[in-house]
Amino acid sequence: MQLVAERLQKNYGPITAVADVSFAAAPGEVLGLLGPNGAGKSTTISMLAGLMRPDGGRVLIDGISLGTGADPTKRRLGLVTQEIALIDELPARMNLEFFGGLYGLAGRPLADRIAAALELTSLADRAADSPKEFSGGMRRRLNIACALLHEPQILLLDEPTVGVDPQSRNAIFDTIELLAGEGRTMVYTTHYMEEVERLCDRVVIIDHGRVLADDTLAGLLASAPVANTLTLKYDLSPDGAALQEIRNLPGVIRVDLAGPELSVAATDLGTAAPRVLERLAARGFSCQELTSRRANLEDVFLALTGRTLRDT
Amino acid sequence: MSANLIAFRALVRKDVAIFLRDRRALVVSVLTPIVVAAFFGFLFGGAGGRDSVSRMPVGVTDLDDSALSKAVVESLVHDQSLATELLPEGRAHELVKTGKLRAAVVIPAGFGATVPGALLGRADKPSVKLFYDPSQSIVRSVFAGIITQHVMQEVTRPFSSGNGMSIPFTLASEAVSTGPRYNGYAHSFAGMSVQFILFMGIDAGVALLLMRETGMWRRLRAAPLSRAMLLGSRVAATTLIAMLILTVVYAVAIFVFGVRIAGSFAGFAMIALAFAVLAATTGLMIAAVGGSVAATRGVATFSILILVMLGGAWVPAFLFPEWLQSASKILPTRWAVDGFDAMTWRGLPLQTAFTPVAVLLAWSVLFALIAISRFDWEGD
Repeated sequence: MQLVAERLQKNYGPITAVADVSFAAAPGEVLGLLGPNGAGKSTTISMLAGLMRPDGGRVLIDGISLGTGADPTKRRLGLVTQEIALIDELPARMNLEFFGGLYGLAGRPLADRIAAALELTSLADRAADSPKEFSGGMRRRLNIACALLHEPQILLLDEPTVGVDPQSRNAIFDTIELLAGEGRTMVYTTHYMEEVERLCDRVVIIDHGRVLADDTLAGLLASAPVANTLTLKYDLSPDGAALQEIRNLPGVIRVDLAGPELSVAATDLGTAAPRVLERLAARGFSCQELTSRRANLEDVFLALTGRTLRDT
Repeated sequence: MSANLIAFRALVRKDVAIFLRDRRALVVSVLTPIVVAAFFGFLFGGAGGRDSVSRMPVGVTDLDDSALSKAVVESLVHDQSLATELLPEGRAHELVKTGKLRAAVVIPAGFGATVPGALLGRADKPSVKLFYDPSQSIVRSVFAGIITQHVMQEVTRPFSSGNGMSIPFTLASEAVSTGPRYNGYAHSFAGMSVQFILFMGIDAGVALLLMRETGMWRRLRAAPLSRAMLLGSRVAATTLIAMLILTVVYAVAIFVFGVRIAGSFAGFAMIALAFAVLAATTGLMIAAVGGSVAATRGVATFSILILVMLGGAWVPAFLFPEWLQSASKILPTRWAVDGFDAMTWRGLPLQTAFTPVAVLLAWSVLFALIAISRFDWEGD
């Protein structure tokens, strides 16, 4: 089932939260939605989930415009909120019965789906326990299970791994990959780069209510103005003439010197590294230590928004 | 069953299940009104099973020790409306001061010698001291009247065939209500039920505010549920909980404290239902206009306390000044308390329940409209 955000706009009084956001997510695809705080990410998710009506644009689910309130199209959507929205006073099973009931499920079909959701999230043996007795990871898994009961074909996951241990995080990843493998459309927001790199087929970065980038991870790394970094340590700091020569090399984007440490940003490390070493050696500078780092999503995000993912 | 009905049932069942599993809520909502109502009911006359009138504790000091003073003291001791204790003056003064006695009279020396002459205007009147508790000033007039009656009876005894002058009539007292017998618990249970169910209404409103903080509200709005469904289910759930509380509290009132629904049972049920709806819409309004949970709870509790106080839930409204009795008729709490009183100890018929029910429902509609108009639907 395809999810399309088409020129979404939302204002809160004089403040524009979302100015112009468009993207599409295809069946079986996990789309990462990233953005700094205040970028319009939460408002976008709210519009995608039918929680609020856009001031402009629309959300389409397989070509059908999504409304708010009792719109039956919302049955195709599942929302996993950032907050763990569980009823601590009731056992896990009653939580699931409640959320299933909201979508009109009752009787045998509801019981079957509860069993399946508990199985999927590895909580079958804790169904009679209260969520307040659960670990953070188990609560997160139950939170996800509650969103799956009505078998939505589109799942919106808003930072579903906040505060969970690595083991539970892996269990959540496995669940998400399984659901995507079943052909469900997923929109995933997170502050963890490694989650995006593991799960997301495509990444949309938004800031100031607009889409800054929409591509695969490889595509973003190739097209964004970011570089791989070469760091070299010398006994003596290279002089101004040497630095200028390095800057003039093809593929070198930026050169920074901090004491004896020289940092060279380049589009292609394989080509740039030997040339830099060769030119400096020719000028009498002997390299003592060399390290390199490939550009990653963090660099793309920093280049596009001016902030790091974890700062958001 | 349609999907909407299943969703409605799920929403209502969730709220009721949370209430029943929350021991604190159960204690506050059910046990507390029973305990407080039992206490107030006891103070205001209990079940009214005694035919005798409670006696007023008074003291008497006889500094004269004459035949007349002794006769007056004896007469006071045998008065059925008094519990008379013969005491030295200082002790009598002390006991009145500490509230142990309502009043005390000191018969001065020479009383027996001068009173017969004073009665005929041939001697100066002796001064009889009367100590009284200023917190119960009406006692002064009552006790002065009783003393006068007994002194006159004893002074005139030699002139009237040995019986003395007495009140020339007998008083036949009758407690007037159409119910079987006044029960002090009936009013206190009405008042405390009203108070604590409104408190439960506050809790229901605050719970809705908490749902916004915990993300539950977002989850509910992500489901295909209309606004009418979301708010209507909360009104239904809170109404159901209020009816549960009323049922338990009045069951205890009836079976333990002897309260009787002497009027129309249907009328009682209608008033209970209308009041339950009022409590539910009060909660909804609180959720709509409230800010932070702590501030909302504080302001709402204060407002409810004022409402129940002026509604006659603590002390019967007929004890209010005349202007306040009239003014408080605008309050829904007054109609609720009076309505319950009417159907219990006053024993009034079904038609007298219609006006309280109409007023309670009118307030409920007003609260619901305020809630709907002020509710922030898109806020988290």
